[in-house]
Amino acid sequence: MSIIKFTKDHEWIKLDGEVATVGITDYAQQQLGDVVFVELPEVGRNVVAGKEAAVVESVKAASEVYAPVAGDVVEVNEALADDPALVNRDPQGEGWFVKLRIENQGDLDDLLDEAAYKEYCEGLH
Amino acid sequence: MNTQGRKTHIDTLGVEGGNAASAAAGTISGNRALMLEEPLIFEQDSPGTTGVDLPEPPTFKPRLGKVRERGTIGLPGLSEPEVIRHYTRLSQKNFAIDSGLYPLGSCTMKHNPRLNEKLARLPGLSDIHPMQPERTVQGALELIDTLAHWLKTLTGMPAVAMSPAAGAHGELCGMAAIRAAIEDRDGSTSHRRRVLVPESAHGTNPATAAACGFTVDAIPADATGRVDLEALKAKLGDDVAAIMLTNPNTCGLFERDIIEIADAVHKAGAFFYCDGANFNAIVGRVRPADLGIDAMHINLHKTFSTPHGGGGPGSGPVVLSEALAKFVPLPYVVHGEDGFSLVESGEDDQANGKEFGRLKGFHGQMGMFVRALAYILSHGADGLRQVASDAVLNANYVMASLKDVMTASFEGPCMHEALFDDRFLKGTGVTTLDFAKAMIDEGYHPMTMYFPLVVHGAFLIEPTETESKQSLDAFIRVMRGLAERARSGDAEHFLGAPRMTPRRRLDETGAARKPVLRWVPEVSQAEAAE
Amino acid sequence: MRYLPLTEADRRSMLATIGVPSVDSLFRDVPEAARLSAPIEGLAPHAGEMEVERTIAAMAAKNISAGSVPSFLGAGAYRHHVPASVDHLIQRGEFLTSYTPYQPEVTQGTLQYLFEFQTQVALITGMDVANASLYDGATSCAEAVMMANRVTRRGKAVLSGGLHPHYRDVTLTNARFHGFEVVAAPADPEGEEDLLALIDDKTSCVVVQNPGFFGQVRDLTDLAAAVHAKGALLIVAVAEVVSLGLLTPPGEMGADIVVAEGQSIGNSLNFGGPYVGLFATRDKYVRHMPGRLTGQTVDAEGRRGWVLTLSTREQHIRREKATSNICTNSGLCALAFTIHMSLLGEEGFKRLARLNHAKAVQLADRLDGLKGVEVVSDSFFNEFTVRLKKPASKVVNKLAKHGILGGVPVSRLHPGDEALADLLLVTATETNTDADMEALAHGLKEALS
Repeated sequence: MSIIKFTKDHEWIKLDGEVATVGITDYAQQQLGDVVFVELPEVGRNVVAGKEAAVVESVKAASEVYAPVAGDVVEVNEALADDPALVNRDPQGEGWFVKLRIENQGDLDDLLDEAAYKEYCEGLH
Repeated sequence: MNTQGRKTHIDTLGVEGGNAASAAAGTISGNRALMLEEPLIFEQDSPGTTGVDLPEPPTFKPRLGKVRERGTIGLPGLSEPEVIRHYTRLSQKNFAIDSGLYPLGSCTMKHNPRLNEKLARLPGLSDIHPMQPERTVQGALELIDTLAHWLKTLTGMPAVAMSPAAGAHGELCGMAAIRAAIEDRDGSTSHRRRVLVPESAHGTNPATAAACGFTVDAIPADATGRVDLEALKAKLGDDVAAIMLTNPNTCGLFERDIIEIADAVHKAGAFFYCDGANFNAIVGRVRPADLGIDAMHINLHKTFSTPHGGGGPGSGPVVLSEALAKFVPLPYVVHGEDGFSLVESGEDDQANGKEFGRLKGFHGQMGMFVRALAYILSHGADGLRQVASDAVLNANYVMASLKDVMTASFEGPCMHEALFDDRFLKGTGVTTLDFAKAMIDEGYHPMTMYFPLVVHGAFLIEPTETESKQSLDAFIRVMRGLAERARSGDAEHFLGAPRMTPRRRLDETGAARKPVLRWVPEVSQAEAAE
Repeated sequence: MRYLPLTEADRRSMLATIGVPSVDSLFRDVPEAARLSAPIEGLAPHAGEMEVERTIAAMAAKNISAGSVPSFLGAGAYRHHVPASVDHLIQRGEFLTSYTPYQPEVTQGTLQYLFEFQTQVALITGMDVANASLYDGATSCAEAVMMANRVTRRGKAVLSGGLHPHYRDVTLTNARFHGFEVVAAPADPEGEEDLLALIDDKTSCVVVQNPGFFGQVRDLTDLAAAVHAKGALLIVAVAEVVSLGLLTPPGEMGADIVVAEGQSIGNSLNFGGPYVGLFATRDKYVRHMPGRLTGQTVDAEGRRGWVLTLSTREQHIRREKATSNICTNSGLCALAFTIHMSLLGEEGFKRLARLNHAKAVQLADRLDGLKGVEVVSDSFFNEFTVRLKKPASKVVNKLAKHGILGGVPVSRLHPGDEALADLLLVTATETNTDADMEALAHGLKEALS
């Protein structure tokens, strides 16, 4: 069974076994506008919770995407190089950014669940 | 996620393909009378043709060592009339201060006197080599020294570094001077690495601080659009190297607490860098030295009207306080008994020993110095003061004439630019960008938009002293008309604008997703596809 | 005052609209103590064109313009003939008085010439892509080193002793404040340095100039391969861009970044500025580049057009994380470059380069026979080094007294190195006549006797 959690910085993380997939939320892609480029980390890099793991760019904006939890990058979404618009079309599916082998599953407990995140976004309007 | 910048979306695009131009214009050629379609220079190649007649070199034995002579470069061949026609046509696709009001806030698009162009081209100034013996360039050194004198006098500062090539380069110079001064005073700067920068600052400020090895700490604005003095004081500490503040600030407002800010900064052992991009608002009326500033760059292409040239060249001399006066870049001009000379190296007998290095090749933007000096002499003491007065008067007149239909962000009076935000467009379906594009169809270059970042959907309007009352009244009539049109529910008018320009809205998203940054011959495009 | 259109009546009526009694009241936010009540001290009142022209022309008259005498100066700034149409076109107000093309619909002219400029720079350097210009060759060099640091995530640059001292010093100044390491090889007039010995696993780049500061032209192919094998980038600086009309371009020799001073094409000497920095690299590094880029796109009706692109690298969006702090660049100088290059075309550019080399060979042959003069450079393009039997700076001053601008003493750019005191850099371009060369030969003979 997979668990999905969210951050207040608008990243999502979905855990399947030991590997977690990370991306940005639908709310985030709407705020950013048309994505033109995604800078992904190298496979093998260790990322720290709350620190930059990727950069996502639109024409007039650049956003750092933070790692929701610590871990090692085991895979990055190569498809984004050719088609960065995947982030707009399917942010929580095909528009994923990186897969992490996470260090501590317990770290996920500190993140928001779907309902809490939804409520958080509504509060931003 | 932490975002810098603003959101953008692709505009709906119509047809694609080669005949788009003629289809859009409804003419066979795609031209629209005086508006002419013009291909790239590379698409007008007539191999073997040249627009410059040069003599055939005499026979000689090359001395190129092991280097081979190069093969085909791929440059097109055209005659002189073809080249003149090409660039004349391109020029006609540009808006310019010569053609109309260009209210680009913070950029100071004012009249560029042609006398200054003529003087900068005198052979005695344009055709002198930077490495000529000093004795053969006394007039050039005198000119630099004279301009330096007036820049110091107008700012009340004891020293000026003349070599920076533009405003951002001047910032680099000033922040380097600050870092060098702290190192000299304290033995190192490792303990003072924080630089305070208001949220409303130009992007060059944080970029420069970072380029000088500092970390950036943002200071919030208060409800009046100025630096929050208490927040600033709370952020000061013995790890702060400097504050970078624009004054008048990017909201077009004078920082009322500036002297108190300077005192607090100095008391904390830090320095006060002022971004002088808006010096044109106060020249002749306020001297930065009297505000407690330690370093300030002066954009000669703004305050002193050297032409913007489609994005440069600029020039950014930096005036310095007594505390920083010795921490200058090389080279600089000194005046001794034998006339003028250049200190080009730290080993020079006349060097002060505190110079921090070199910022660019040779001595500075001489061509810009000539124009700026001509501007200062033309205006004189009375004219320069009038420049600031009229620039501020014009901006306040625009503000007063528009504030009932647009939303002014802060209480006035403003200085040389009037700041509005997009609250007046709420619910209309029209954004600041759409509004700007509709201004284009009315014959105006849009104002600076979405900057400063401290207000939503900013309209930053800087009319400058160049505009007559008649010109401002015409502009105001258009802005009022557009504001009313937006509020009357005619969003369509704005969303489709501009309609009458050589090109309509361009697909910036497509340009960034698949960058095409140069022309490539069609043959190799086909080869690449194979 | 001829530049200020408001009349007193306008001002009164505008103040009434604003609802304040005087302009002074608009300045009420200025602290009282800082308000100047009197006009600036010592500055005369406004003046007409005649008076201003008189003052500035008097300063100009105190200089010896390079075109009025036999002149052989180079060292990073070169006197070439600029066709009359170049200066005519760049003075069109639509170019001269426009600004950075932030609104593409009304600046397609600027955007298109920048696209042409980028293409020309990429073609002549043999690289994939070029930006829309930086300030000058020296600042471009420093920017290239910082870009190499970003690309390789290393922080040590190795600079050739044949690099222009200004390029070296600007890089060193940036290194001091930005925080990276620079290993600068000593001046190398004979072209004998071994740069590979200076490279280690921290080296981000090696910077070489071609033709070198002392004149040598080098095939850099082997150096490029060796630098790449160490995981570093090769940066090639070109101080005399006309050389690219004759020599194998750096891109074909394996350069990763090429920086150049573009002044020679389209721009006057201007006593050192404004000039135009060229910056070219490989496609794969484009997102690490400093400066503005123009890209091709389509408009809402599908027509080809141009926009500024990849702006997220730049300071106005990325602020402290930008690839450079540069904003205003050298737009109009880039336009002058583009127009001159378009006039020259393939044939003209190559002929210009050949002519320059031919003139320099002719001059070197003429000087080499003189007593007390020895040509040091075994290869060169249009500039070479000679060793004199007296200090070069003294000889140059003597020549200047006789109305000859005889070259650049190496000691002016490499001060304090006794071994270089007798070296003189001499340049010949298409502007030098046989009579000029005779004058220099005679002048040298006299000065050395």
